[in-house]
Amino acid sequence: MAIIDPRHAAKQLIYERIFRAGTLAAAILVLLILGGVALSLLRGAWPAARHFGFSFVTREIWNPVTDEYGALAPIYGTVVTSLIAMALAVPAGFGVALFLTELCPPMLKRPIGVAVELLAAVPSIIFGIWGLFVLAPVLQRHVQPWLIEHAHSIPGVNKLFMGPPFGIGILTAGFVLAIMVLPFIAATMRDVFDTVPPMLKESGYGLGATTWEVIWNVVVPHSRVGIVGGMMLGLGRALGETMAVTFVIGNAHRISTSLLAPGTTISSSIANEFTEAVGDLYTSSLIALGLFLFLITFTVIAAAQALLRRLEQRVAV
Amino acid sequence: MNRRAYRKVKNAIFLGLSMLATLTGLACLAAILWTLISHGVTGMSWHLFTQMTPPPGSEGGLLNALYGSGAMTLLGILIGSPIGVLAGTYLAEYGRTSRLSTVIRFINDVLLSAPSIIIGLFIYEIVVVKTGHFSAIAGALALAVLAIPVTLRTTEDMLNLVPIGMKDSSAALGAYPWRTIVSVLYPAARSGIVTGLLLAIARISGETAPLLFTALNNQFWSTNLNAPMANLPVVIFQFALSPYKEWQNLAWAGALIITVSILILSISARIILAVLQAERSSGR
Repeated sequence: MAIIDPRHAAKQLIYERIFRAGTLAAAILVLLILGGVALSLLRGAWPAARHFGFSFVTREIWNPVTDEYGALAPIYGTVVTSLIAMALAVPAGFGVALFLTELCPPMLKRPIGVAVELLAAVPSIIFGIWGLFVLAPVLQRHVQPWLIEHAHSIPGVNKLFMGPPFGIGILTAGFVLAIMVLPFIAATMRDVFDTVPPMLKESGYGLGATTWEVIWNVVVPHSRVGIVGGMMLGLGRALGETMAVTFVIGNAHRISTSLLAPGTTISSSIANEFTEAVGDLYTSSLIALGLFLFLITFTVIAAAQALLRRLEQRVAV
Repeated sequence: MNRRAYRKVKNAIFLGLSMLATLTGLACLAAILWTLISHGVTGMSWHLFTQMTPPPGSEGGLLNALYGSGAMTLLGILIGSPIGVLAGTYLAEYGRTSRLSTVIRFINDVLLSAPSIIIGLFIYEIVVVKTGHFSAIAGALALAVLAIPVTLRTTEDMLNLVPIGMKDSSAALGAYPWRTIVSVLYPAARSGIVTGLLLAIARISGETAPLLFTALNNQFWSTNLNAPMANLPVVIFQFALSPYKEWQNLAWAGALIITVSILILSISARIILAVLQAERSSGR
């Protein structure tokens, strides 16, 4: 028997080509999915875009009876809830990352790290029912009355905390979102802090700096890019989060200055109304909302990935 | 206050706040788990696994929803993970440094954090509108799209961890790359790839938003993949927001089941990874 059987070799070559083409096709499918998402949303949003034109973005009205739709209230709700979430989750995530990398006893590092990651694995809908049945009543009874009472004499701020404490509303949605994005922000920042060379930190300590001074003057400047990347990754999550927000936001298509009032977001409007939407224009308007959400989150997540990638390359060098 | 004391106090305050933040995070996880257990346990009974979802105001179980979730998750993984594994193989082996791979890696990371409701709208547009009705197939496809980025990422990472010597030995014996990949690299990276599958199952089995307008829901027992199918997340959504006590109890029980399964999956994935790392560092 010959060592190399030509028929066998030819067969192997064919398998090789098939396998290679298969992996390439799967890889290209990933690109096609993203392209397909963009195209299908554009096509679905087209009737609404043609009917309302640019005014779709600037109008607050949302009336299925008269078939008039504007995206301003959901866009406002999405942005404001995400901002509240970021205001709470960024400092907290920074604190958690700091604790895990600099303060935590080595024995506890892994269990606490895993616990934080598990918080990220809890499904969105669970945050929703927990937010509605546990967090909202607590906020309604203890936090919101306090805010109303203390904000009411401060001009400007009092407008933000006006009206009765419903429990559900923009503020509660922001709280739930904050808890949901906290693990993402904390985990990214932890990984970034871990890349700071120990030598740099030791130099700081050698000069007599306190732990906080080393963190603020050595660790933070060194990992600036990664911190921003982690924040934007969290923001991307907050903007697109659906089920948890749908439970606690109150689903009212209006913009009010008070954060205690019910509102809506892009994703919760779609989740709530899509299956009940009758008429092409209604459905198309909801898909147009989806298109906005896609564009916003795509930009934010892409920017975050670009920043984190730059960091990886720097570490690799 | 002198400068030294001021610095010490500042240090103590910020480190204290950092600890407080960590405690708050852990307290949230504990509070969620406690709520689920205390509410969910009262609704736990064998009826959950033997009876269908009831009409308003009567007792019942979650059998059809559990079956639907299981079926669609399984189907989603069966469709999504081969694509993810193959694409990950391309990125790690064939196109490691090509420009196309850089773009695909980037797009994949974007898809990994893309809002799942957008994926639901996408499948609605290309499947539900085309076929004219909601179906379990559409739901499974939406879940498959969500599973691809997770499996792709872990497959690529795990293949990159396989020692280069193993690949070279295989190539030196005259094996084509596909033979090396299938007979050497896949077995070597097996537990890592399985971890990716577990993580993907954990990710998609709790997803609600993409199923709302693809699989919809179904109050009755149905195994027809071409028809709307009940599933746990959407049932929880519908029942939790209802005014009926029986429905709310079922929602809590379902929430407990889903969370416990997902946490078990995530923890097992982490244990496998930890064992894997220990083996590697001990130079097996």
